[in-house]
Amino acid sequence: MRIALFITCVNDTLFPDTGRAVVRLLERLGHEVVFPADQTCCGQMHYNTGYRRPAAKLAVRFAKTFGNADAVVVPSASCAAMVRDNYPKLGGNGSRLSRKMAQLGPRVYDLTEFLVDVLEVTDVGAYFPHKVVYHPTCHGLRFLGLGDRPYRLLRAVRGLELLELPGAAECCGFGGTFSVKNGDVSAAMGFDKARHAVGTGAEFLCAVDNSCLMHIGGTLSRQRSGMRIAHIAEILASTEKEYAHA
Amino acid sequence: MSATFLGLPPFPEAARAAVGDSRTRQNLHKATHTIRGKRDAVVGELGEDWQRLRSQGERVKTHTLRHLDHYLEQLEESVQRAGGTVHWAADAAEANAIVTRLVHETGEREVVKVKSMATQEIELNNALEAAGITAYETDLAELIVQLGEDLPSHILVPAIHLGRAQIREIFLRQMAEWGVPAPPGLTDDPKALAEAARVHLRELFLRAKVAVSGANFAVADSGTLVVLESEGNGRMCLTLPETLISVVGIEKIVPTWSDLEVFMQLLPRSSTGERMNPYTSTWTGVTPGDGPQNFHLVLLDNGRTDVLADTVGRQALRCIRCSACLNICPVYERTGGHAYGSVYPGPIGAILTPQLQGMSSETDKALPYASSLCGACYDVCPVAIDIPEVLVHLREQVAQGPGHTDEKALMAGADAVFGSAKALDAVQRAAGAVGGNLPRHLPGMAGKWTDTRDLPDVPGQSFRQWWNKRDQQEEEGR
Repeated sequence: MRIALFITCVNDTLFPDTGRAVVRLLERLGHEVVFPADQTCCGQMHYNTGYRRPAAKLAVRFAKTFGNADAVVVPSASCAAMVRDNYPKLGGNGSRLSRKMAQLGPRVYDLTEFLVDVLEVTDVGAYFPHKVVYHPTCHGLRFLGLGDRPYRLLRAVRGLELLELPGAAECCGFGGTFSVKNGDVSAAMGFDKARHAVGTGAEFLCAVDNSCLMHIGGTLSRQRSGMRIAHIAEILASTEKEYAHA
Repeated sequence: MSATFLGLPPFPEAARAAVGDSRTRQNLHKATHTIRGKRDAVVGELGEDWQRLRSQGERVKTHTLRHLDHYLEQLEESVQRAGGTVHWAADAAEANAIVTRLVHETGEREVVKVKSMATQEIELNNALEAAGITAYETDLAELIVQLGEDLPSHILVPAIHLGRAQIREIFLRQMAEWGVPAPPGLTDDPKALAEAARVHLRELFLRAKVAVSGANFAVADSGTLVVLESEGNGRMCLTLPETLISVVGIEKIVPTWSDLEVFMQLLPRSSTGERMNPYTSTWTGVTPGDGPQNFHLVLLDNGRTDVLADTVGRQALRCIRCSACLNICPVYERTGGHAYGSVYPGPIGAILTPQLQGMSSETDKALPYASSLCGACYDVCPVAIDIPEVLVHLREQVAQGPGHTDEKALMAGADAVFGSAKALDAVQRAAGAVGGNLPRHLPGMAGKWTDTRDLPDVPGQSFRQWWNKRDQQEEEGR
């Protein structure tokens, strides 16, 4: 299958390793990955902060850039949710954007959804010999309803010990511009999330969204906890031969 | 004069102080997690039926709001037919004037009150006090807040921010000023505290000739009003006095008695985590020789018709004040209710208050941003109010208004960068050149981040650059 990768602006700029991992993983599974060069950002930050117009412009750009793709894979649950849930609203009823998104929306997947639902694999042949906790980000948990898909993928990774994260369903406090507009509350939420994660004794905190990981990871790093963060794609791409976190 | 929310600082500022108050945070953590657990259990035991009930609650409320004009007239007729009097109040001032006049007409100088959000919203107690009438709160938590000259911080549990030692202190210090004093040897044992309140309140119940209440529901076809409560204090107020004045928001209507069935299940499970609340009182006009002999219903608009005109925001009027969204909200858990600077705190307050009173003040404008949009509130809402959707909708209104020049500049900049892949690539190259040499503490808005968290290093090469190079190499290799 020819898969279009929507890398997202945060991954593209700050976490290129995640993108490389997605490409490695999908190619290893025997699929062709394309990267439509015109892509930029999904517009979630604009939309959530109340800037609807620029968000709508980016929605139109997305629809144009990815309109012909068989499948669009996004290594970010929050950007996938933005595209699927909010783009149709941005155009208004009966608009060109909403008509286009009615076609395209169902072909846009978070990486873990794509693996489990479309490619129908849970064992992707990965090897990652570490103790890991999984943080189900709000968009993955409540907006996309990823359910147990990420857990199933992680449990199939050889060498990986999946530990239970207390208070897993609770928001980490990132929330886009919330993290600066309400910096104190955001930090307090991030602190509690980090405390719960460190308390498990895991070496890695993993999630389907690098923005949440950036926030929790920033807290872990400031506290010199020694715990590291990893996008689920990096864990799933890791093998004995090509080991991600040496 | 009692405390008031007016003039409190905007959310981020108030939240900073609240987050730093470890005792309050402990109280809130414990209380919200306990009630969450209870709710989960009683909602869980209904299985699939819960979502069906929830949809039914949503449908009844949406239908009623769509035909509110019809049901309001029907309610007025039914109440009058049953011997009650109906008054219409466009805003808080009108409602307060009506209640004050009605109390004056009885010749009384004091009223007992059933816990009511509507009377909190219009600050009725302050208005009565200004007119020389003393209002006694009889709900235990409202009593604590009133005695402590404090403000309520939760819809269901107004004194949730206080521990029992603090409550003991308030009782010992203040009860005597308002009536029967606290026993001198009072401990902070919950039983002892409840007993002190019981003795204090009993005298008021037996003495009062006038009661003021709200209502959880008003049934249009029968003219029946309904109050759900846990203590029985409300029922004392609703049955003992000669005159009963109920102040009720116009959105509280349900069409028929049988519609109550849905909400009698949704509300207690969502609010107190019980299958059924201990006391459900209903009253329909007046019954000679039984209960209050004069009944007045004050129907309160106070911004509700304006909210109804907003196609996205109107769903907030479905709210049945259960507090499930407060109890699940990670933001509320860390700040408590006072930080919202509004009678309605938490996620529902963040959408209801700015809609009811408009967004002219900085405090109102900050409320739609007092959420990380995690969606937990929508999940638990028994009438399926999409709170995140309304929050974003209100943020649009704030962003379109004056001010936020820094933010607008930032958004315009982002607009330019994301408007073309080339521009994005150029910015990424520039950032990559700075790489790991970002300062540990950034100025301005970004400083809110670097105060407590490290920023990731910007990698030397963006994904896009890597991809293009790889592509090129593959091309050359062919």
